[in-house]
Amino acid sequence: MAERVRLITGNHIIAEAALAAGCTFFGGYPITPSSEIAESLSRKLPEIGGYFIQMEDELASLAACIGASLVGHKVMTATSGPGYSLMQEHIGFAAMGEVPVVVVNVMRGGPSTGLPTKTSQGDLYQAKYGTHGDAPAIAFVPATVREAFDATVKAFNFAETFRTPVSILADEVLGHMIEAVEMPEPGSYEVVERIKPEDFSTYSHYDHATAQIGKPLANYGDGARFHVTGLTHDETGFPTNDPELIAKCHNRLLDKVTENADKLFWRETDGIENAEIAFVAVGTASRAARVVINRLRSEGRSVGLYRPITLWPFPADDLKNSISAAKTVVVPEMNAGQLVEEVRKYAAPATRIVQVNRFDGELITPDEIYASLKAALEEV
Amino acid sequence: MTEPADGEKINAASTADELYDCYLRKTSKFPHVWCSGCGIGIVLGSLIRSIEHIGLKKDDVLVVSGIGCSSRLPGYVDFNTLHTTHGRALAFGTGAKFGRPALNVIAVMGDGDALAIGGNHFIHSCRRNIDITAVVINNFNYGMTGGQNSPTTPEGSILTTAPYGNIENPFDTCDLALGSGATFVARSTVYHVAELKEYITLGIRNPGFSVVEVYAPCYTGYGRRNEAKTPTGMIAQLGKDAVPFKKTLLNRRKPPGSLEGGKFHIGIFRDERKNEFCNSYAELVKKRKKDMENPISS
Ligand SMILES: Cc1ncc(C[n+]2csc(CCOP(=O)(O)OP(=O)(O)O)c2C)c(N)n1
Ligand code: SF4
Ligand SMILES: [Mg+2]
Repeated sequence: MAERVRLITGNHIIAEAALAAGCTFFGGYPITPSSEIAESLSRKLPEIGGYFIQMEDELASLAACIGASLVGHKVMTATSGPGYSLMQEHIGFAAMGEVPVVVVNVMRGGPSTGLPTKTSQGDLYQAKYGTHGDAPAIAFVPATVREAFDATVKAFNFAETFRTPVSILADEVLGHMIEAVEMPEPGSYEVVERIKPEDFSTYSHYDHATAQIGKPLANYGDGARFHVTGLTHDETGFPTNDPELIAKCHNRLLDKVTENADKLFWRETDGIENAEIAFVAVGTASRAARVVINRLRSEGRSVGLYRPITLWPFPADDLKNSISAAKTVVVPEMNAGQLVEEVRKYAAPATRIVQVNRFDGELITPDEIYASLKAALEEV
Repeated sequence: MTEPADGEKINAASTADELYDCYLRKTSKFPHVWCSGCGIGIVLGSLIRSIEHIGLKKDDVLVVSGIGCSSRLPGYVDFNTLHTTHGRALAFGTGAKFGRPALNVIAVMGDGDALAIGGNHFIHSCRRNIDITAVVINNFNYGMTGGQNSPTTPEGSILTTAPYGNIENPFDTCDLALGSGATFVARSTVYHVAELKEYITLGIRNPGFSVVEVYAPCYTGYGRRNEAKTPTGMIAQLGKDAVPFKKTLLNRRKPPGSLEGGKFHIGIFRDERKNEFCNSYAELVKKRKKDMENPISS
């Protein structure tokens, strides 16, 4: 067991986890604070006969990944804010074309070039609303290096079963932080293999009648000569202007995620039932929240934590039930207030919501969360 | 590219009817989207003739495109087909080719698609010399969006976003390809279909990045605003203006417009061999694996 314990950063474990999940293709463009993922895979993929390519920009990176996914590879790209912005058109394309891809965004401060070497949680909403049109969104926000492993493996699995892009929202601190991790044994986690169609001659890439997931996916070159387009299409894959068929196409994409949200459901709670003060936090901000929670508990207060790991689709009903008894809900995050907007939607009207925001590139601290909460409690 | 092992033409079809029967999709939405008199259909004809001539298996062909009238071509042909985003066909094609080198990847793009929004992918594909054949259908404007000026629009032409005449300098697609490192570069027109078929064939056979530029009429977007009388007249004019390029010292290739009276060169401007990206990567993988087996010597 001991030899499986490694000192490893978040970025490096994401690369390891991708390989563990069966990733055989990476296309990317360097950007801080994500580059270690590309660097690590540029060393490892050739050694296992996989494919690594550095493309000319992020649009090209995700495009190459989508092309490679369609010929049969499990694919991943990794980037940060400016690159994630450039990738949005192809996140939409992969959603429309029902192509599995994993996109890692190691978040840094923004907008624009912003803070290349500093942390942020500024892209939570971008992961849901970044691409145009009503596109489905799946995104995970891991909080620890160990959890980044699980999030990455799950991202690959869900990309395959849902045939849609899945984002992992890490951040600069998680990406660069070294933690001691007992590396999971192969076989101790589920790896979903791509399901191939039994009969290529009757293969249809689309089936708009259902929101079914886990459908087979043919590879270009195997014998099913199918068409993939970003245009809204009918079930044959060809463009349509018929409102009924348009609605079917769009609904299937969204329903796949909403109707199967239970399969994506992944969150952690700690003493949330009947807690008077509930913390709702994601990623590294939740680690600061934990310190505050312990402090408040030692002061005799009833405090709980609700931490979505699957951020999108948002666990609305579960959060609503979990915080229904709380008088105060604290939402610390490293942005100007994104997660808090979701919490507002699902908190009971009388709930006091305390938002604690820091977006100066530094990790949010327990002290400032504690101070904000105290100040809010004293106001009444 | 991969040829069938026995050298036989797997899809042997000879008459036009047989050709269409074999290569056009029965499920797709004919009639096609193109205007009558459009040049894109002629390119489609030449493309399937050259694929039939080489004898490629339909399963081994991927036709990828961006967005535009030209880029609607893949929807009608019975291959693996990928209709992507505006300008990015080559980036998608690169991933597919790299990930499955046995596929013959053909990218069909308009002038705006390949050279404006996709210009970066175009030059980098040339530089990488990845084994893809790019067919650039140059109709000197953005046909699909209603006749705006493109990076190849001649100076002085009237376009919907250049109502007082285009003041920009045009790209020479072939110059750009040559300068960026493509290993097969040729230009034809839809008037010269025999040459077009030959160049696409040579492009597919070149184990590297090939650019075949095709001058094509777009009467709707370009011609009718710029003194063309009919679509067929535009095709005939291409026949009159094209000057065959012969590779001799005296016959230096000139960019379009620089020959007198609007004439331009057609022909093969480069046909060379250079290290191809997928091959180089395969060698790298082989070497790395060998080094791993013999750690002392590495
Ligand atoms: C990102 C993006 N920008 C703009 C457009 C609109 N658009 C569609 S086709 C096109 C130009 C097509 O011109 P060209 O590539 O020359 O093809 P043609 O229609 O002339 O064959 C444009 C600008 C788009 N679809 N996507
Ligand atoms: S607008 Fe021009 S390029 Fe488009 S179909 Fe019509 S003639 Fe062809
Ligand atoms: Mg054009």
